[in-house]
Amino acid sequence: MIIDKVKKINGEEEKRTKNEVASDRMIGKWVKCDNCKEILYKEELHNNLSVCPNCGKHFRLSARRRISQIADKGTFKEIGENILTKDPLNFEGYLKKVELLKEKTKIEEAVKCGICEIEGEKAVLGVMDGNFLMGSMGSAVGERITLAIETAIEKKLPLIMFCVSGGARMQEGIVSLMQMAKTSSAIAKLNEAGILYISVFTDPTTGGVTASFASLGDIILAEPKALIGFAGPRVIEQTIKQKLPEGFQKSEFLLEHGFIDKIVERKDMKQVLAKLIRLHK
Amino acid sequence: MDGVPVTVIGEQKGKNVKENMERNFGMPEPEGYRKALRLMKQAEKFRRPIITFIDTPGAYPGVGAEERGQGEAIAKNMMEMARLKVPIICIVIGEGSSGGALAIGVGDRVIMMENAVYSILSPEGFASILYKDSSKAKEAAENMKMTAKDLKKFGIIDEIIKEPEDGAQNNFEEIIATIRKYLIKNIKDLKKLSEEELLEKRYMKFRKM
Repeated sequence: MIIDKVKKINGEEEKRTKNEVASDRMIGKWVKCDNCKEILYKEELHNNLSVCPNCGKHFRLSARRRISQIADKGTFKEIGENILTKDPLNFEGYLKKVELLKEKTKIEEAVKCGICEIEGEKAVLGVMDGNFLMGSMGSAVGERITLAIETAIEKKLPLIMFCVSGGARMQEGIVSLMQMAKTSSAIAKLNEAGILYISVFTDPTTGGVTASFASLGDIILAEPKALIGFAGPRVIEQTIKQKLPEGFQKSEFLLEHGFIDKIVERKDMKQVLAKLIRLHK
Repeated sequence: MDGVPVTVIGEQKGKNVKENMERNFGMPEPEGYRKALRLMKQAEKFRRPIITFIDTPGAYPGVGAEERGQGEAIAKNMMEMARLKVPIICIVIGEGSSGGALAIGVGDRVIMMENAVYSILSPEGFASILYKDSSKAKEAAENMKMTAKDLKKFGIIDEIIKEPEDGAQNNFEEIIATIRKYLIKNIKDLKKLSEEELLEKRYMKFRKM
């Protein structure tokens, strides 16, 4: 959780002590870990791959930051960046919201795909971004991912998908739902071509993304303590009218139930991916 | 059917409360999807065309369903259905809602009864997510464009099966004859395609969406 700038006290600035003014300036450079409550210096947290140095909590990452952690420097070449949001339902306010988000997040849609090198190994890399409408999958996201899968088939390159998503994008209705069928069909083709697909669940991945390409990796990895599920915890609680047990739908829970193969800490992720790619060469 | 063995898979809600309970109101658990896949694979082995009847408010959102991989079960079905080497025809007969419908809904032909709906989730769910108020379900249902006519226009479905006035339940014989005729004709057409053509057409059908 980011501590926002405290509100400016108009005209009272001069009455405050030097220390108070200095400490205000520091606010905005600090974040509080919502797991251990430790106050962390933002830059230090970023230098630690956005993992809390105190408790190991993996903070959510933007696609840009994730790519810089995984791809070798300067190797990421984006594909499908011209595929943009569509509004099939003419849903009120949708495109306006998307425009605002684009400005705020500096990305065009909830996934970035491209070809890159990982420790020198060439791969197709797709990274979702939870800052963009919860990483939800509408037609642009589905199309970009399908294009990434088809590129992997065509160029015979391994495919790696980092998933984070609230599920299908409601504002695009049935068209969003069909992206599940489209991406899953493309993965079926990838399998026939014998191409390696590693999928990585990150916090949180639910709904239509869990129920499509995210669950279809040859090898399925997850970051520690990520929320992973089909139905979101709130929906289940409403259905069963009970509180859910601690740790339910977390990475460790899925590992125990045989749905993922390994939980990998962020500091090891790049190395593990490179190793798996080499193993399948 | 018409001398051709077929595999039939259906979601069933039940017609009264007792049947509803027995059928979990048409909300499959992961086992249901895995059973469907097992039998679709069996159909492929014996070269039988597959017909699926879709009628569900969605996959069941429960603790056990999550423990046993509801998401994985749905994903796997779609992936496998995309490559099954036999014709698949899917019919939305009542309510086709969310991944729970799509998990048996990847086919060479997807058709809908005239009064059926097919959507990303129930209008109540949609309203509570986007309008933060589930009582706005009616408004949601209109904006979601979930009728057979809308879906035909979007190119999501291939055909609308006309229903008698006031719904299919009023003239079962007639409606069954109509569906049967459609199935026989389309299975025949699909059987003319080579396996390669069949799969490529199926792929492109969803690829365009």
